[in-house]
Amino acid sequence: MRLAGFYAFAAIVVLLPTLFPTNYFVTVVGASAGLHIILAVGLNLLMGYAGQISLGHAAFFGMGAYASAILTTRFGWPSLLALAAGLLITGTIAWLLARPILRLRGHYLAMATLGFGIIVHVMMVQATQWTGGPDGLAGIPPLNLLGWSVDGDLHWYGVIMAAMLLIVWLSLNLVDSQVGRALRAVHGSEFAAQMMGIDIGRAKTRVFAISALFAAFAGSLFAHQQAFVSPDSFNLTVSVELVTMVVLGGMASTFGAACGAIALTLLHQGLVVFEDYEMLVHGILLMAVMIFLPQGLFVGLDQGTRRLWAAFGPTRLR
Amino acid sequence: MLEQLFQFLVTGITVGSLYALVGLGFALIYNASDVVNFAQGEFVMLGAMTAIALLGMGLPLPLAAIVATLVAILVGLLLERFAIEPARGASVVTTIIITIGAAIFLRGVALLLWGKGFHTLPPFSGDAPIHLGGATVLPQSLWVLGVTVLLVGLVHAFFNRTLLGKALLACSFNRVAAQLVGINVRVMLRLAYGLSAGLGAIAGILIAPITFSSYEAGVMLGLKGFSAAIVGGIGNPMGAVAGGVLLGLLEALSAGLISSGYKDAIAFLFVLTVLFFEPTGLFGHKAAERV
Amino acid sequence: MNENENLLIVEGLEQSFGGIMALAGVSFQTPTGLIYAIIGPNGAGKTTLFNDLCGFYKPSAGSIRFNGHELCNLPPHRIAALGMARTFQNLQLFFNMTVIENVMVGCHLRARTGLLAAALRLPQVRREEQRLREWAREALELCDLADWAEQSAGTLPYGLMKRVEIARALAARPRLLLLDEPAAGLNDTETLALRELIARIRASGVTVLLVEHHMPLVMSISDRLLVLDYGSVLAEGTPAEIQADPRVIAAYLGGAVQYAV
Repeated sequence: MRLAGFYAFAAIVVLLPTLFPTNYFVTVVGASAGLHIILAVGLNLLMGYAGQISLGHAAFFGMGAYASAILTTRFGWPSLLALAAGLLITGTIAWLLARPILRLRGHYLAMATLGFGIIVHVMMVQATQWTGGPDGLAGIPPLNLLGWSVDGDLHWYGVIMAAMLLIVWLSLNLVDSQVGRALRAVHGSEFAAQMMGIDIGRAKTRVFAISALFAAFAGSLFAHQQAFVSPDSFNLTVSVELVTMVVLGGMASTFGAACGAIALTLLHQGLVVFEDYEMLVHGILLMAVMIFLPQGLFVGLDQGTRRLWAAFGPTRLR
Repeated sequence: MLEQLFQFLVTGITVGSLYALVGLGFALIYNASDVVNFAQGEFVMLGAMTAIALLGMGLPLPLAAIVATLVAILVGLLLERFAIEPARGASVVTTIIITIGAAIFLRGVALLLWGKGFHTLPPFSGDAPIHLGGATVLPQSLWVLGVTVLLVGLVHAFFNRTLLGKALLACSFNRVAAQLVGINVRVMLRLAYGLSAGLGAIAGILIAPITFSSYEAGVMLGLKGFSAAIVGGIGNPMGAVAGGVLLGLLEALSAGLISSGYKDAIAFLFVLTVLFFEPTGLFGHKAAERV
Repeated sequence: MNENENLLIVEGLEQSFGGIMALAGVSFQTPTGLIYAIIGPNGAGKTTLFNDLCGFYKPSAGSIRFNGHELCNLPPHRIAALGMARTFQNLQLFFNMTVIENVMVGCHLRARTGLLAAALRLPQVRREEQRLREWAREALELCDLADWAEQSAGTLPYGLMKRVEIARALAARPRLLLLDEPAAGLNDTETLALRELIARIRASGVTVLLVEHHMPLVMSISDRLLVLDYGSVLAEGTPAEIQADPRVIAAYLGGAVQYAV
């Protein structure tokens, strides 16, 4: 059963608010985790499967958010149209940027994506007449889905989780197709991938644009959910946290990225009380996971249980 | 107008010297271990903050500076031992994330020790500005410039004149071959980490009297240093120095002539442009991959 | 110089790296349907020639005509689309995938899946997945690898990894297969099996270009040989002609060496 894991995951997502409809951790933290999952799953397509690092992914998240915020507050666009425009703008920028930026490798690519993220952040802070500057933009109207205005924690939970499940489903499909195998091939050996007839420039461009689109989508939802955006939500720290989610759960695994997103969201919540220690713990966690469990928490545990199952399970494979 | 331009140049070279020192640290560690150390900026912050703290405890400035540098070197060695060494042979992405983790950790420690406040050091030799052909130069800028030139000269001589420096270079070209001719690669790695932590700390102490320092002060300096190393072609120490000065000048000029708010954006736009045309930096090696 | 008879026609091919001539005007023709071997000492330019043929390097001068198309200045994936496949001297397997997935990537040129269709998992994508899996299985069976299909490529013994590379290249249904030292690192049994496999590949209608150091293998299986030395052609002919050529014996084979066939 190819999508068994997906259905189990979807069942949990639906079950949680039915059991605890007023629990803050479910509806509010859960919705926040949902947005993070969209972001991490998209970034994982780029990092985990295609093997291209991005230290500036918050920029695309921010572009989607600001597109929705500016178009709805300053131009009075309907929210769905603004969302579509945000996707179009972000997708186009990512597409144009992808060719030159993904020619770079390793540390040079890290530098370029990092620089791009900082440039976008500076523009958010400085282009005050559009973005409201460091203070941000408030008064973003609620998301209007064909007449239904999304309001209240539980409704937002529903909308974000539906969007998240859609993104996870799309990603699982992509990864398990020839398109996904071509991506992993680019990661495995660019020489061999080219000899199989894969246009690696095109493959990288497409995955870069897809992961930017996912991020912009999450950004639009975020802007409407919060009714407020400011540059602080899209700075370098956020980019690094997104990378953390992907590697924490385990690269090249969609559910790994989702687990990483959930884990980091919960960690933030747990450390709210010890605000001063948050950085310390975040830093130690990153180092420890990368040193001792470089394949990530989820993938590491998954492989471990598979191995145990193979050794002691009822029917031994092969 | 001309005087103003001269003023921008002075500012640019001062800032550029710092970027050069931080970039040099990046290049040293990259050469020895193929790792880009994203905690390099935190060495700068640690140097400045430790010196400030020691001064506050009553130590005289020169002693505080020396002890702070030693503390940073120790941190650099610990970083190598406990974060880099256990993950040897890991992929580029993995090592990048480990050093980012180290940077966040060090920032977290600084936050606990010194809080969120801004701190500063008194200038080394007063703050009476020196007038130089219409531009004013702070004595501290001369300190920055002088010490940078001295350190860059020493590092250059170290690599070209001493056996130890050549051994370190040999490790960067081919670690196995270096080991085979009897070079202790482990010691060389520690040397590189210690050296670049020390360079970073000195940069931090030099700049502390000009700008305020805080637990976050290393982030942007680290990124600019990384940019300098990348523009210069990573792994090329003197390229990093040139890249740093270039970046500092560009930043000061764009801050003065265009907009100070956009200076960081312009600096990184420059880096991106360089990379789009020269994917391995201005002075980098264009190594061919074997199939 | 008939393009119907010769699948690959190389003329005056030059490749210099910063003043060093790796190939100094190499010309040869590979007859369609045969096994054509390229031999020569290390550094003679064999792998450079392969890299020029499949577009990893841009030749400094000369022309490469393949199946009626000029290859110079085409990127590798376009050359692959014209019907060329290769294996690598240093393994370039996708270690992050299983054996069958590796070979399914090899079928890439025969796949039609679009991005959107794949993301939405449309019915035609499902059918194509099935087809790719079957094609990959055929290639694995041709190479006696069917039992290893679901293994992770990185866990195979070295000899089998080299075989997976061949299966992956064949999965593209190429007209020309470039084998870069397929016998390097293999033991005698594996080499014998390889010889049989290469013969089977030729029998299936694929032209084979073979770079190899293992002389008994080369001499026993090749229809014609090209001897390279210092980036130039030293000799060209049938195995018997090459073994009798005094220049070859002097420069390369090193005196009176007899090869058991």
